Amino acid sequence: MNLSLVPAPKAIVAYAGALHSATPDPKGLRLSDGRVVAEESVVWLPPFEVGTIIALGLNYADHLKELSKELTVTTQDAPLVFLKGPGALIGHRGQTRRPRDATYMHYECELAVVIGKPAKGVKAADAMAHVAGYTVCNDYAIRDYLENWYRPNLRVKNRDGGTVLGPWLVDACAVPDPHQLQLRTYVNGKLTQQGTTANMVNAIPALIEYLSSFMTLLPGDVILTGTPEGVVNVNVGDEVVTEIEGIGRLVNTLVGDELFGR
Amino acid sequence: MALTPWSSFFDFAPYRLSGVVYGTLMNHAPALAALGAAASEAPYKAPPQAPVLYIKPRNTLTVEGAAVEVPVGVPELEVGAALGLVIGQTACRLTRENALAHLAGYTVVNDLSVPHTHFYRPSVQLKAHDGFCPISQRVTAAKEVKDPNHLQVKVWVDGQLVQETSTDHRVRDVEQLLVDVTDFMTLQPGDVLMIGVSAGAPLVRAGQRVEIEIEQVGRLQNQLVAA
Repeated sequence: MNLSLVPAPKAIVAYAGALHSATPDPKGLRLSDGRVVAEESVVWLPPFEVGTIIALGLNYADHLKELSKELTVTTQDAPLVFLKGPGALIGHRGQTRRPRDATYMHYECELAVVIGKPAKGVKAADAMAHVAGYTVCNDYAIRDYLENWYRPNLRVKNRDGGTVLGPWLVDACAVPDPHQLQLRTYVNGKLTQQGTTANMVNAIPALIEYLSSFMTLLPGDVILTGTPEGVVNVNVGDEVVTEIEGIGRLVNTLVGDELFGR
Repeated sequence: MALTPWSSFFDFAPYRLSGVVYGTLMNHAPALAALGAAASEAPYKAPPQAPVLYIKPRNTLTVEGAAVEVPVGVPELEVGAALGLVIGQTACRLTRENALAHLAGYTVVNDLSVPHTHFYRPSVQLKAHDGFCPISQRVTAAKEVKDPNHLQVKVWVDGQLVQETSTDHRVRDVEQLLVDVTDFMTLQPGDVLMIGVSAGAPLVRAGQRVEIEIEQVGRLQNQLVAA
């Protein structure tokens, strides 16, 4: 492959009063107008215009085993899909609120697959042509709020700022095999979650075939493909870094109710 | 942020529906009561505490008069005659007192579903097929509606009246639903929140025409067709 033809990863950032498209630079990031700025000097937003947010529950064999005591599903069932709204999204280096009554709030490091071409009735064999690229997602959950009606309920999974997305949208052609990527989560620098996208129960082509069998996928729609084992409770003040090999390193900090006057 | 290809249908001053449509389940007190003891038994274990919410994604949105395909292998669809609250101002942590002031108005939604009787973890596809959320483009300004918690709702199939209900008897009335939802989830101008349908949702087949009327708000008519 001629690497010069592979488009650079792209971010959307706010800097000095305006929104910019940006690409990586050895000194931080390069804005589309030529300025090179430090990573900490910008506000990072989700790296593309997000449409429907489609999330997978229990899509890793190891995570399924980890939760098996409280579960009623097996790998034989249809994919467990739920939807999220755009208000849940927050960019790289953002803050996520941990309510003080929560006892078990955990991160989920997930490969996010961004649709680039409309897909309706697409077969798995043709599915990857509909993928624009990839980014990293940290999809927090608060298990205290889990109820047993239309699981998982939005109070668990669709909270303001509870779905971290970014930093970069990496073009699909820069990722030769999205099913051979290491996922890692670090809490305050300590490795707490480790897995590989090779362990997805339903791989990306199967997910696109399944979803597009009943819903038209459109450019900007994003599939959050689930998380491997190794989720642990996180606390106010913790820095959570979710990282996927070749895709990005996504930083988030947990903050308390006080900041919000609660 | 999420603009839909359908958004052009909704570009009418002064409100534009954003394409983010949220629904509420288990919010009709008689419907919940009809579950009886089952609501406290496995797999549910307890009646719902927080509002039970879901999303009708942008592929489901369609307009007054549009034909809606009934998926292959599905004999009938359930008609969810729903009052849609159209958000007018950013709505975060509302109170009962200020909740209604954040609405631009109200609209009529036909929240279509594939019928299902288990509510633990129903497949998202039961509510998310293409075209499963016709919405009236007409938004009735909030000030035109005296009390959104007491509106008559009627459904006709092929001209025959099949359901007569109201927006009464909600577990959470309009104000309380807005309070509880916006405690953890901000709603933006143009978002729509449906208050949840009544028990006894009528069933419709391909070839039938369905019409919903909500008192003071408006009417919505759609044709069901075979896929």
